[in-house]
Amino acid sequence: MTNEQKHTISVLVRNEAGVLSRVVDLFSGRGFNIESLTVAPTLDTDFSRITIVSKGQTGIIEQITKQLNRLIPTLKVLEVTDDDSVSNELILVKVTARDECRSEILRIAEIFNAKIIDVSPKTYTLMAVGEERQITSLIELLRPLGIKELVRSGKVAISRENSFMNIKNI
Amino acid sequence: MKKLSPEQQDLEKQEKLSGAEIFLECLKKEDVKEIFGYPGGVILTIYEALYNCTDIKHYLVRHEQAAIHAAEGYARVTGRPGVALVTSGPGACNTVTGIANAYYDGYPLVVFTGQVGLNQIGNDAFQEADIVGITRSCCKHNYLVSDLKDLPRIIKEAFHIATTGKPGPVVVDLPKCILSDKSHFLYPDKIKLPGYNPNYEGHPRQMSKALKLLCEARRPVIISGGGVVQSNAYKELIELAKKLNIPVCNTLMGTGTYPSDDELSLGMLGMHGNYWANFAVCNCDILFAIGTRFNDRITGCLKRFAKDAQVIHIDIDPCAISKNVKVDVPIVGDAKLVLNSMLKEFNESTYQINKEDKEDWLNQIKEWKNKRALPQVKSSKLNPMIVIKKLYKITKEYDPIICTEVGQHQMWTAQLFKFNKPRRLVTSGGLGTMGFGFPAAIGACIGQKDKLVLNIAGDGSIQMNIQELATCVDYNLPIIVAVINNGYLGMVRQWQEKLFNKHYSQTKISSPDFVKLAQSYGALGYRVEKEEDIEIILKQAIDAKRPVFIDFIVEPYEMVYPWVLSGHPLNQVLLSNEPCQNEEL
Repeated sequence: MTNEQKHTISVLVRNEAGVLSRVVDLFSGRGFNIESLTVAPTLDTDFSRITIVSKGQTGIIEQITKQLNRLIPTLKVLEVTDDDSVSNELILVKVTARDECRSEILRIAEIFNAKIIDVSPKTYTLMAVGEERQITSLIELLRPLGIKELVRSGKVAISRENSFMNIKNI
Repeated sequence: MKKLSPEQQDLEKQEKLSGAEIFLECLKKEDVKEIFGYPGGVILTIYEALYNCTDIKHYLVRHEQAAIHAAEGYARVTGRPGVALVTSGPGACNTVTGIANAYYDGYPLVVFTGQVGLNQIGNDAFQEADIVGITRSCCKHNYLVSDLKDLPRIIKEAFHIATTGKPGPVVVDLPKCILSDKSHFLYPDKIKLPGYNPNYEGHPRQMSKALKLLCEARRPVIISGGGVVQSNAYKELIELAKKLNIPVCNTLMGTGTYPSDDELSLGMLGMHGNYWANFAVCNCDILFAIGTRFNDRITGCLKRFAKDAQVIHIDIDPCAISKNVKVDVPIVGDAKLVLNSMLKEFNESTYQINKEDKEDWLNQIKEWKNKRALPQVKSSKLNPMIVIKKLYKITKEYDPIICTEVGQHQMWTAQLFKFNKPRRLVTSGGLGTMGFGFPAAIGACIGQKDKLVLNIAGDGSIQMNIQELATCVDYNLPIIVAVINNGYLGMVRQWQEKLFNKHYSQTKISSPDFVKLAQSYGALGYRVEKEEDIEIILKQAIDAKRPVFIDFIVEPYEMVYPWVLSGHPLNQVLLSNEPCQNEEL
């Protein structure tokens, strides 16, 4: 489809039983798509932050935002973009560590600032944090070496604090 | 020890009430006088508390689905929330169709379902069903009460949510143990729902923009939907339409919002709407939609719906805007308040109305008005359209409430009855629920006790909730059920005739002898097969002031026209069985 782009939607909800189901049911019931989803309580544990990455044309994203707003426990729905937010995801990846590949794996890990969090005679497990693009390239570089298992989190995003733009602070 | 506030001290002096008693106290605070329900294991404590309760009258139905439809019928004619009470498991599951129906058409309900005790939830206990999970996508909001302390707050919130914004059903699941726990009763006076703030006032700049467009318009049309009923905006609608000289058509849900005998009235639009209403919408330059969701039954092919028009849309639900039809001037707000502001601005300003062009437009519409659909089949049998026309003529003087089921009879009723007031047609629009009309008539009859209530039904639909005859007889509700009996599921048969080579697959349907059936329940039963008997029998039925079934044996192959086939643009209106197409503009 034309201009079907990925959009990141940040939803602030009351932290109560069933609230995630309401959000997820809304997506499945209305045929909206979820690429990834993360949820955890905010600093004030009465509330939770749900970050959803969805794919769709602008009209669909607008409809998703409106429908999310309509849910009673929803306090705020915000579409976040790279311009106004910083986002990251996390990956844990278990790679086959044949003797001839070990140094290559370590080199790749270093480039991506990934940590080796578990070692066995035959595997390395790496943890990396980064933007979606970086994570994807890490996977592509490790793939030829033999990925045994891969676990990837959804995206989390936080708004950029642009107060430094204020003249006062300069 | 913690110090208690004076309020809490007062509370401590009070006698503790059981959860069931607190439940009833909450209903009294919400001024609930009538509820519909069906008892069962886990809610026996409520029925025990109801036993000596004189302030709330409980109506016992024969199926939980009917309790919900009755509550919706009640809400539709009174404008107040309908309340239903059912037990857990099957009782709760049976409510789902009713809840979905009210959600679609936007009527306020508060549905209380029983639930197994909190310690049993998730154990697959006897009569356990996760009704909060099941109804999540078909109600406005739902609650599982997990602490008796929360019950008054939840009930207050439930009524608030059901009746404000776009109204809808709210489900409250009541675990058994909560109802037998004891606590002091304190009803909160404030509601704290920070995530729920419906917008009532329209945006001033958008309203001015809309008004300007409407004044300058050459070929404007108003679509009045169910939102006009909900916000009681009829007076404002009539005033605005008259002042700006704009013709008004209505959706099925908006029936009666604009008096149908007025010259600016175009009647219903859509799949079985009037030829001229559909043509007006297709050819307009400004479309002013008020309180409608633009369902596919009124838009036909979306791409070609009002394709040259700028669209102004008032709706209280932001989701309705630009969901189906792309809107140029969106106004999120309550129809009455928005129309009032627009009228105020118009009266205080010097806006010029494009008079001449509008006259040409109205004359063009007048010309289209010659295109009417007539009965298609001439036979010795009674024609269903004639029956419905007669029902209208004879009952007109009583200002009756007309309920319908879903199908051909429903469309004929919407077409042939002339409604001049809102809240007079009670019919399932969005969900199209067969079996809705009869229980809804029960609710309507209880909500408006002095009104004549007529349920126009098909022989298929009426059999979906026919058990409610017992309810009617128990409470001696003088509802007249007019069964338009054609021996088929008529609307489906009509589609099969036109689109599936007359293969009447599973649409021929048998019925019991409705006369004997009514009599065996203790109601009156009549059968009418000749036109001249219609008036005599109907008068008898009205005078009887008892539940009455009238079985009208009608021509089976009559068709509903005008007809825009599903997915076709609105200006491809079929007016008869002849395959002639109307010119496309």
